[in-house]
Amino acid sequence: MKPFAYVRPGSVEEATDAYASRPGARYLGGGTNLVDLMKLGVERPAALIDVSRLPLDAVEELPDGSVRVGATVRNSDLAAHPLVRDRYPALSQALLAGASGQLRNAATTGGNLLQRTRCPYFQDLSKPCNKREPGSGCGALEGVHRDHAVLGHSDHCVATHPSDMAVALAALDARVELHGPEGTRSVPAAGFHRLPGDHPERDTEIEPGELITAVVLPARPAGLPSAYRKARDRASYAFALASVAAVVEVTDGVVAYAGLAFGGVAHRPWRARRAEEALLGAAPTVAAFEHAVDLELTAARPLRDNAYKVPLARGLALDVLARLTASARA
Amino acid sequence: MPEPATAPGAPAERREGRLKVTGSARYAAEHPSPGRLQAWPVPAAVARGRVTRIDTAAALDLPGVVTVLTPDDAPRLAESDDATLAVLQDARVPHRGWFVALVVAESLEAARDGAAAVHVAYAAEEHDVTLTETHPAGYVPEQANGGYPAVREQGDPEAAFASSETRVDVRYRVPPLHNHPMEPHTTTAHWEDGRLTVHTSSQGSGVVRAVLAQLFELDEERITVHAEHVGGGFGSKGTPRPDVVLAVMAALRTGRPVTVALPRRFLPAVVGHRAPTLHRLRLGAAPDGRLTSLLHEVTTHTSHVKEFVEQAATPARVMYAAASSRTAHRVVPLDVPTPSWMRAPGEAPGMYALESAMDELAAELGMDPVDLRVANEPETEPDSGKPFSSRHLVECLREGARRFDWDRRDPRPRTWAEGDLLIGTGVAAATYPVMMWPSKASARALPDGTFLVRINAADIGTGSRTVLAQIAADVLEVPLERVRIEVGSTELPAASLAGGSSGTASWGWPVHEACTRLAALLGDRSGPLPGQGLATEADTAGRADADSPYARHAFGAHFAEVAVDTVTGETRVRRLLGVYAAGRILNARTARSQFVGGMVMGLGMALTEGSTVDAAFGDFTESDLASYHVPAHADVPDIEAHWVDEDDPHLNPMGSKGIGEIGIVGTAAAIGNAAHHATGVRFRELPLTPDRILTGLTGR
Repeated sequence: MKPFAYVRPGSVEEATDAYASRPGARYLGGGTNLVDLMKLGVERPAALIDVSRLPLDAVEELPDGSVRVGATVRNSDLAAHPLVRDRYPALSQALLAGASGQLRNAATTGGNLLQRTRCPYFQDLSKPCNKREPGSGCGALEGVHRDHAVLGHSDHCVATHPSDMAVALAALDARVELHGPEGTRSVPAAGFHRLPGDHPERDTEIEPGELITAVVLPARPAGLPSAYRKARDRASYAFALASVAAVVEVTDGVVAYAGLAFGGVAHRPWRARRAEEALLGAAPTVAAFEHAVDLELTAARPLRDNAYKVPLARGLALDVLARLTASARA
Repeated sequence: MPEPATAPGAPAERREGRLKVTGSARYAAEHPSPGRLQAWPVPAAVARGRVTRIDTAAALDLPGVVTVLTPDDAPRLAESDDATLAVLQDARVPHRGWFVALVVAESLEAARDGAAAVHVAYAAEEHDVTLTETHPAGYVPEQANGGYPAVREQGDPEAAFASSETRVDVRYRVPPLHNHPMEPHTTTAHWEDGRLTVHTSSQGSGVVRAVLAQLFELDEERITVHAEHVGGGFGSKGTPRPDVVLAVMAALRTGRPVTVALPRRFLPAVVGHRAPTLHRLRLGAAPDGRLTSLLHEVTTHTSHVKEFVEQAATPARVMYAAASSRTAHRVVPLDVPTPSWMRAPGEAPGMYALESAMDELAAELGMDPVDLRVANEPETEPDSGKPFSSRHLVECLREGARRFDWDRRDPRPRTWAEGDLLIGTGVAAATYPVMMWPSKASARALPDGTFLVRINAADIGTGSRTVLAQIAADVLEVPLERVRIEVGSTELPAASLAGGSSGTASWGWPVHEACTRLAALLGDRSGPLPGQGLATEADTAGRADADSPYARHAFGAHFAEVAVDTVTGETRVRRLLGVYAAGRILNARTARSQFVGGMVMGLGMALTEGSTVDAAFGDFTESDLASYHVPAHADVPDIEAHWVDEDDPHLNPMGSKGIGEIGIVGTAAAIGNAAHHATGVRFRELPLTPDRILTGLTGR
């Protein structure tokens, strides 16, 4: 770990100013990933701008019924928040499916979105990785890649995004609020993370210096069915082999709204737009679900050793869709 | 009235428990050492080749970096029996992760930064890290680990197998497994006035001292090794590891105390691992289930540094009566890190394969798997013909079946579903040999009415302090609180290492004997004791290691219930039961902890643990605890461990057998057999992760 400066700004503006004035700076949230990467030498920031104590720790309902989650709200607090549990159960479930109790107590909402892939080649400086060192190659493409992507990957990178929370946010049509030198903007959570393409070193659409200030969940009635389900190697504290977040509304016997996203299968939470389109207006039958999910997964291109992820993601999606619509189908 | 804590088997609490839970127990990196330096090794970044140049200039320029040891200038070592300790002695790179330099600095951070700044150039060579049964470099070794002959054959097993009415011919694979004790391997070394003092995390400080004496050509009298508290080892701290050698070298170079605390990620390459094993099992049986032929053939890997052969075919020499048998090992030297001991080497992977095959045979025969094992109970040890000193496998199986409600099991596979879950149950036997080594102990009666027992035993978290004090108090017929015990230092009477489940037997014996002598001395005299008290000693050399006319083993049975999720392929254990016959149990609390701990590790072996040898880079991909999945609490259901009383006069004065390892033996087979019962599919490669389960379920 090389020596670095540590600053603790008192406001969002101070934070972005501090970032702008210090080349090589990184924002620090709970530190559950960044600090590990610094120890490994993957991240070598010149300065850490500790934003974890900025006054962004509220979960509040806005006048239009949407819910704004401050960037420094801890994962465990967000998972337990009554508004989240009532209206966005998929988000609460996704948060609780991630990491361990100790990590969730430390990890922030903003930091969770910005965590890096756990690809072993990315974490090992003695091996090639285009994400860590553009142009050096991808160790996982022909290497050990059971945990890697089956959707949207490129020859440059087959890593997956590790967040559970981000998958739920993508399915729930959340938006990410950013504050940067150019002012404030917001982007859809489903479009916040990128596919690797030719530039796997860029995980997200965030611009240098921009700071996540909040995540905004759209207005939803309490009781709108949503759920998150994750498959993993052990019962706790393991990243998703595949996961699914879904929200489904059935009105008058047909699907009136569907949000579906896969985790653990791509470089970003994989919003299943084709499946959603196929579901809209359809009766919530197993056959309709199969048709929709299969349509989505025709895009899958498994690597040598991870073909199991396609039936796994399929099974998870069918299960979650069936459970969410069980009462409508009864 | 609670039972007196000195009663044999009483559940006395760990003596150091309070120190540990309050964080005041000091481990090898934590002893105060003014002026102490920290060191960080540089691992080789190629899997095979030579170091051609090491540029340390950038590292030495960094603030806080004191020196860098390289193969060019590190202190020369004398030869030892363990080639893995010959670090920084030449330019050869025998495997990825082999240490090629050591950065010594004022702080851990500076040392780590320095290590990143060391530039190493290599002449890399083609490497081969892939184990196959037919690998052309494979050979039959003279011996497998433990000194067992590599091959044993009785009768004509091939012919007997060919003519058997019922046959099972199956292959299993156990992946590389890693010990990963909670406390990584750590040593602090300090030279002062020509004397060397070492604090290290070790299962046997006496072994460390002997090896250091050899390597540094020192009189053992000039070396003191302390291992007061040890955060686990599971075999990987049974012998010294490179951290010890590097710390002593760096202390020699700098004249200051130096700590080498190996980073977690470096462990897989340098502290040993359980080698992967490829098993072929052929079982032939008569219609009544009796084995006509048993062939267990194992292929495993070792490194080019030294030969280590996981003795996975040896339990088949103990378990079942078979008219003909062949148990054989073949080893392939590859460009991999050197394997070594991991909890129940041999038995853990071997019994996974044998007990899985027995389950397959039971299915072929249409026989209950408990009954099949009972039908093959031998009268004497099959390989040696020796009588058993005691053997209560059948009792363990029957008692386990009773507790588990085995009789209510529908033997047909895939007959029990709960929603998407398929439920199944399975059974497997367990065995572990009785091992004992000579040790010395002293006992002293003090004028204040207390007693001091001293022995260089190791307490690696097992509770050996506690149980040795119980043995002493029992013999002396005094309350437990009046016995003080000192362990974990070479300043104490020499004792064997904590390995092979031998500790309590090996150390308890001289403690028992010294205390027996002391009790006799005290009984013969009257009046106050002299100021320094009265002391006795005992040494079991020539007796603890004497050949026994008996075959001595502990036995057990494991029963498991699993749920397999047909949507996700996730397999989780719902119930796990172990019943053991392991001589006399000396402390019910710490014994249960040993049994349950072994079973949890067996659960991990079955479901979550395993690493991948990266063919391109030559190392183990899963090198940290985020990717090498030991079971989390959520994976561990209610586990029950019980034991049947066993009175065996052919062991030691306590009548005890070892209990540290048998909990991991056969557990994975019981879980795998349950997975078959649940799904109707045989899974023959561990661990049973969702990818394998889903592939198996969809392929049927």
